[in-house]
Amino acid sequence: MKSVNNLEEIRKIIGLHKKWDLIFMITGIIALMIAVLTFMALFAHMLIDGMPRLSWEFFTSFPSRRPESAGILSAWVGTTLVMLVTAFAAVPLGIGSGVYLEEYAPKNLLTEIIEINVTNLAGVPSIIYGLLALGLFVYQLGFGQSILAAGLALALLILPVVIVATREAIRSIPVSIREGAYALGATKWQTVSDHLLPYSSAGILTGIIIGLARAIGETAPIITIGALTFIAFLPPSPVKSEFPYVSFEWLTAPFTVMPIQMFNWVSRPEEAFQLNAAAAGLVLVVMTLAMNGLAIYLRYRMRKNIKW
Amino acid sequence: MAEESRTKITHAGKLGYSFRRHMHERFIETFLFLSALLSIAIMLAIIVMLVKESLVFFQHVSIWQFVTDTQWTPLFDDAHYGIMPLVSGTIVSSLIALLVALPLGTIIAIYLSEFAPFTVREMAKPFLELLGGVPTVVYGYFALLFVTPLLQIIFPELPGFNLLSAGLVMGIMIIPYVSSMTEDAMRAVPMNLREGSYAMGATRFQTAIRVVMPAAFSGIAAAYILGISRAVGETMVVAIAAGMQPNLTWNPMEPAATITAYIVQVSLGDLPHGSIGYQTIFAAGLTLLLITLLFNIIGHVLRKRYREIY
Repeated sequence: MKSVNNLEEIRKIIGLHKKWDLIFMITGIIALMIAVLTFMALFAHMLIDGMPRLSWEFFTSFPSRRPESAGILSAWVGTTLVMLVTAFAAVPLGIGSGVYLEEYAPKNLLTEIIEINVTNLAGVPSIIYGLLALGLFVYQLGFGQSILAAGLALALLILPVVIVATREAIRSIPVSIREGAYALGATKWQTVSDHLLPYSSAGILTGIIIGLARAIGETAPIITIGALTFIAFLPPSPVKSEFPYVSFEWLTAPFTVMPIQMFNWVSRPEEAFQLNAAAAGLVLVVMTLAMNGLAIYLRYRMRKNIKW
Repeated sequence: MAEESRTKITHAGKLGYSFRRHMHERFIETFLFLSALLSIAIMLAIIVMLVKESLVFFQHVSIWQFVTDTQWTPLFDDAHYGIMPLVSGTIVSSLIALLVALPLGTIIAIYLSEFAPFTVREMAKPFLELLGGVPTVVYGYFALLFVTPLLQIIFPELPGFNLLSAGLVMGIMIIPYVSSMTEDAMRAVPMNLREGSYAMGATRFQTAIRVVMPAAFSGIAAAYILGISRAVGETMVVAIAAGMQPNLTWNPMEPAATITAYIVQVSLGDLPHGSIGYQTIFAAGLTLLLITLLFNIIGHVLRKRYREIY
């Protein structure tokens, strides 16, 4: 009699616990939905406001005081050039640093300090990098409010991303590959450059793309170095018709970038400019989503194809 | 004779080759080492730059005034240099953001790691990653032109710039960081701990809360700390949606500038290099860096102290 009673009680307890399972599952789905719906609302709002403004002219016009004829020509050209500088600076340094920490670094205090420091750098607010660039690049080194200063500031910002991606990609290569290379008489660098780097290239590329996607959307550091918000001319062309055909004048030119252009339009009271902001935001979001999507796809393919 | 010289040559050649090879290796190793050292150089440069400019600032303004004055009006004729109004704005907006991001991020992480079927997880993770990749200026636009009007339906007296809407949107923005790191930490907990818990008759929920979460504590703490640093250092959302007026308030329904918004405001203007206004942004930046460093150190201690080793 008593045992039956007990069994029923136990069943009741189990039922109660199972109910909590269900409740939590629903909470989880709701939480996920909040994130999804917010994103949908953001995208839809921008699409409705910005879509009518998107036209060929929008991409080929300079910003203007009249909202209906304003465009993002100087902004997207500026973003492209700044990203060029960022990639040129951050990629070799980030990969070099990652390779050193993973393959060369002896286990000592200095290595540990570098490792902790990379993690700390990733947590430093982006606007602080802007202040560093303002003090160091703009004034101390005399680059001025130029594409070069902005590109380098963003390069410092995404350096930890590239370093961490490189390290993880290299770490996942089994030791046997290295041993095989050494057994055939390869030096350390030959092992790295002929084997480890090619095999980890997809992983490193993923990190670079994610880093650059972040850099494209970064506004604060570039505002901090004092980039102008109204630029109605293009930097000097990097390609020239006479010898030596390339010119680096554009590095020191004043510029604006997409997020700053958008910020400028958002902060104006007239509604017509805010429609422009929506259109610029749409372009920006599509760009970053495409880059992040590419990174996710690359990672997915990598996971599928590589079997050591 | 001829034989001998030839072996000599090849011997010398080999030595030369080995020497060149060695030099080449050393050269590359040096380059790699220097690029690794760069991260330390960046950190030092940040600290030196901020401290150097701040020192000049603190020659004009005493630290006591900086900490206790309740007004921040460095650009007015009647200049006051009290950081408190900016700190209060930063704290209020960050608190709102964390009230959104930490619970939602944790719930999503637990759900994805312990409850969700494989396909849901495979779809949700990339989606959250995309959410984290949206530029912050876009979130600022969203807060100002979508969330604030929405909130004004509920609170009609809400001003156009306010900390509430900036904080809420910032919270949504931080969710992916918190959830993905928390989930990674929970997934790293070995399966046999869960199996042990299930064998004792625990449900999924009980296992998640009482076994997996404590075991993943150090990783979850790291995720929270990262979320806090993000919230404190976030710039564009607050600069766009919370306004740029320093305002010593704890009321989220009011407009107020954060430390970061102030830096943006000054940078948008045209302050001459070396003026006191120019130095204030470095003093503000130093305050910000100290706050985030403090949290990073707390996170480091927590990780060290509670790290579980399996």
